[in-house]
Amino acid sequence: MNHDTIAAISTAMSSGGIGIIRISGEESFSITEQIFHSKNPEKRISDQPSYTVHYGNIYDGDELLDEVIVLLMKGPHSYTTEDTVEIDCHGGLFVLRRILETVIKNGARLAEPGEFTKRAFLGGRIDLSQAEAVMDLIQAENQSALECSVSQLKGSVSEKIKDFRNQILYETAFLESALDDPEHISLNGYADRLSGILKKLMIEITALLNTFDNGRIVREGIKTVILGKPNAGKSSLLNVLLGEERAIVTDIAGTTRDVLEEQLYLNGLNLNLFDTAGIRKTRDVVEQIGVEKAKERAQAADLILYVADSSRNLDESDEEILDLLKDKKAIVLLNKSDLASVVTEDMIRKKTEHPVISISVKEGYGLKELEEKIQELFFQGNISFREDLMITNIRHKNALEEAEKSLHMVWNSIEAGMPEDFYTIDLMDAYTSLGTILGEEAGEDLIQEIFGKFCMGK
Amino acid sequence: MNSKSVYKDKCQAAVVGAGHAGCEAALACARLGLKTIVFTVSIDSIALMPCNPNIGGTSKGHLVREIDALGGEMGKNIDRTFIQSKMLNVSKGPAVHSLRAQADKAEYSRSMRMVLENTENLSIVQAEVTDILTDGQKIVGLKTYSGAVYEAEAVILCTGTYLKARCIYGDVSSNTGPNGLQAANYLTDSLKALGIEMYRFKTGTPARIDKRSIDFSKMEEQFGDEKVIPFSFTTDPEDIQKEQASCWLTYTNEKTHEIIRGNLDRSPLYSGIIEGTGPRYCPSIEDKVVKFADKNRHQVFIEPEGLYTNEMYVGGMSSSLPEDVQHAMYSSVAGLEHVKIVRNAYAIEYDCIDPRQLLPTLEFRNISGLFSGGQFNGSSGYEEAAAQGLLAGINASMKILGKEQIILDRSQAYIGVLIDDLVTKENHEPYRMMTSRAEYRLLLRQDNADLRLTAIGYKAGLISEERYQSLLEKKEQIKKEIERVEHVNIGTGERVQELLKNAESTPLTSGTTLAELIRRPELNYELLAPLDTDRPELARGVAEQVNINIKYDGYIKRQLKQVEQFKKMEKKSIPKDFSYDNVPSLRTEARQKLERYRPLSIGQASRISGVSPADISVLLVYLEQQKRRRSVECAELKRE
Repeated sequence: MNHDTIAAISTAMSSGGIGIIRISGEESFSITEQIFHSKNPEKRISDQPSYTVHYGNIYDGDELLDEVIVLLMKGPHSYTTEDTVEIDCHGGLFVLRRILETVIKNGARLAEPGEFTKRAFLGGRIDLSQAEAVMDLIQAENQSALECSVSQLKGSVSEKIKDFRNQILYETAFLESALDDPEHISLNGYADRLSGILKKLMIEITALLNTFDNGRIVREGIKTVILGKPNAGKSSLLNVLLGEERAIVTDIAGTTRDVLEEQLYLNGLNLNLFDTAGIRKTRDVVEQIGVEKAKERAQAADLILYVADSSRNLDESDEEILDLLKDKKAIVLLNKSDLASVVTEDMIRKKTEHPVISISVKEGYGLKELEEKIQELFFQGNISFREDLMITNIRHKNALEEAEKSLHMVWNSIEAGMPEDFYTIDLMDAYTSLGTILGEEAGEDLIQEIFGKFCMGK
Repeated sequence: MNSKSVYKDKCQAAVVGAGHAGCEAALACARLGLKTIVFTVSIDSIALMPCNPNIGGTSKGHLVREIDALGGEMGKNIDRTFIQSKMLNVSKGPAVHSLRAQADKAEYSRSMRMVLENTENLSIVQAEVTDILTDGQKIVGLKTYSGAVYEAEAVILCTGTYLKARCIYGDVSSNTGPNGLQAANYLTDSLKALGIEMYRFKTGTPARIDKRSIDFSKMEEQFGDEKVIPFSFTTDPEDIQKEQASCWLTYTNEKTHEIIRGNLDRSPLYSGIIEGTGPRYCPSIEDKVVKFADKNRHQVFIEPEGLYTNEMYVGGMSSSLPEDVQHAMYSSVAGLEHVKIVRNAYAIEYDCIDPRQLLPTLEFRNISGLFSGGQFNGSSGYEEAAAQGLLAGINASMKILGKEQIILDRSQAYIGVLIDDLVTKENHEPYRMMTSRAEYRLLLRQDNADLRLTAIGYKAGLISEERYQSLLEKKEQIKKEIERVEHVNIGTGERVQELLKNAESTPLTSGTTLAELIRRPELNYELLAPLDTDRPELARGVAEQVNINIKYDGYIKRQLKQVEQFKKMEKKSIPKDFSYDNVPSLRTEARQKLERYRPLSIGQASRISGVSPADISVLLVYLEQQKRRRSVECAELKRE
């Protein structure tokens, strides 16, 4: 049987807070170990006994994704009869997806529809009498996954994928015709031409892959944290922003008293705004807690808006905030520029690489520029932000990543000076991966293309 | 019954047809000890090459090597009769290197006939087979046109292009096989009566022209390789070095295309006289001109048909246009201005089967003991035919001898790919082998066919003990030498840097192994010999394997990994009498296809078009259920 490790979100895809990710297969423990950090740093998941529960955090590299509980079951005493791990998360749909992606990144494969049940049955776990139900379930889940995949595939995305596929198929067919009929078709200088095409394809695929995050951002909103020293104008900024977009403003009760969450739609962008306590050195215990919370929020933010007061000199609190901005998407807003400034844009630019905008919350200028900057930060690159040219389905994302990987291997083969026949193996892999997005198999496509496009000898 | 008395005879294996498939089939059966008769409509046309005068070429060269590795005859026969030889694609990777040799057609045929005539257990009978005789389920024999009856335990059909053959050019058509040979007009009806489903395919051949009428000064001469490499692993290269004949390259031009376009309405293809499906990879010149209208010229290869004839083959210009158009068209080509045509180009239509009625052993699923190979199975090409003939012969023999039959899978041989494609996939034109059809082509090289297949040929009984022992020795030497080369350290001494410099390779900054240097694209095992003082004396074939295996190590390992996955699915067999109707969750389309083509394994099932991965999952679950149910019943039986 297949012993590769599979993973999926095993709870219904609703926006409910809690969800479970299930991982099954030989590597499920070792994969979990790579991403799960127990409170006890000595603890190794692979050393833990079956049927134990562990508390800790899931990380994607350095990024903290969620606080979770992990349940370990060793085969054959699990549903699938294989080593199985369940990760209980409570960070909502977005976090669930991020964790699943991380699990896949670390070596698991996205489960096929009905695959856990299939493995359970093949492992002897499910009663013989239920076999019919299992088979029905496989077909049904496959059908719904297919429908879901197709419905999530926007017309223009599928056009793009088809275009990628056509290009790959054409090149492969050309190569194969030349290999098959070397006396009629020459490959002189072909490697260079293919390099050019590959480069273009890889850039385009990467751009499409980037839209996956955009898609997430559209659905879930950009976690935006407003930071600044007390009285820098954070709250007024929030009010102005909210006031300007009088439409759809909802209050969501914050989980902590001193971080306020608001939702704001800005030119099609959905911002989840968190106002925070002003950051400064303080002995006040309560205020100190607020400051710590603000810092934590900043760590988890997609975007930080740092409101600096241009009428007051920069101090060590500002330095501390600038430190928080490192490796983050952030915009520095130089507020109160209607007043006599002691801090200029240039002074801040010397300290940070983030964009700096002078605004006056009071006078309401600079806000337009802020909106544009946010757009720019999140929808950068040569793909313009269009909702219909965006991937939202994790299967599509996986397939694109696989295709990108294969094309990269072709590239490597060219760089390594390998003969031309080595290119086509990976080219066809890329073609096949892209085909799974459209629900199309490779079948006889290559042979058809060879005969259709190239004149063979004899 | 009160019938007149007829001649009766008896054999174990009867082979119908003595073309490239029939010869291999008959030789395999006879060499494996079966009393064998091969039937042919013309004993003078044994192993006839009615189209191109060459053996091998891309992917076909692989097939010949594989036939040879299994103990077939084709490789040896072309080594005896070639007049020019060339290794194609040498600038590319080893997987696509392919040997091609021009044959002396008459010699090729005569030499093969001599082998047949001098093989023990084998007799040749000139007669047209008209009826296949069965007892309703299995073969009992066959009948010839004269009414003679031959009893047989197995019959192998290798009828090539002769079944209800019709040759056509312009509005002229004649009911003959290739070269005006007698067609076989009755067998199709007998096969249909047995429930066999027939197709009608078409192929074609160019004109043959008189050498004396060609102006070679307007053409480019094409030479053979300086050092000829034999097809057969048993041929000593030193024995076959000889003076070679040349081929010639010229081109069609706009005038040629004008003539063709102006007469398309007189082509039987476009006017609808021809009903058969032709191959797209071997288009007639009129097809090329229509389909690739933007090309202002096409290559034309002028190839000798033999050393003792003036006939030349006009490669690239097969046609079924009328005779007068052919004359005009050929004479428009540079160097052919005064051409004299000896034989016209023509298209030929013939009956063949939908090969999906066959098991991967090439035995008919519904008629025990009836096997088939070659163009009759919907393939094209001498090499494809020979490969199937050999396997059909081996498997018919194994069946009669009560031994295990041979199915080569897609990871073992091009022959495996060929047969699997034929018996699994929908195919509407004559099937030609291509390297792109082999998913594991890096492993299926022509240079290692012996390493892949000779042990299988030995087990079947077609390879001598001596040849088998030398194969084992070769394997051992390769293994040892790879091991050694991986551990030979190379320093940064002057001699090393000097050699690298001469080979335009980057100098070393620190020590490395010999293997690492071999992996550089610009270097190889041979080239590095001066740095490798302890190198043992090794045969060319061994050194070649060492070089390839080290050089492409990473890619080879990757393919081996894919093969592992593939084998898992191939090993899951589906019972012969499996009823798909009992699997309710299968989609209707999948059920119908599976019921019809009855794959032997889950792997084969997954390659049938219309069967989805989810259907395969369902099948796996169902098979597991059956297995468990059986073991439960077993346990209950024991308890009772």
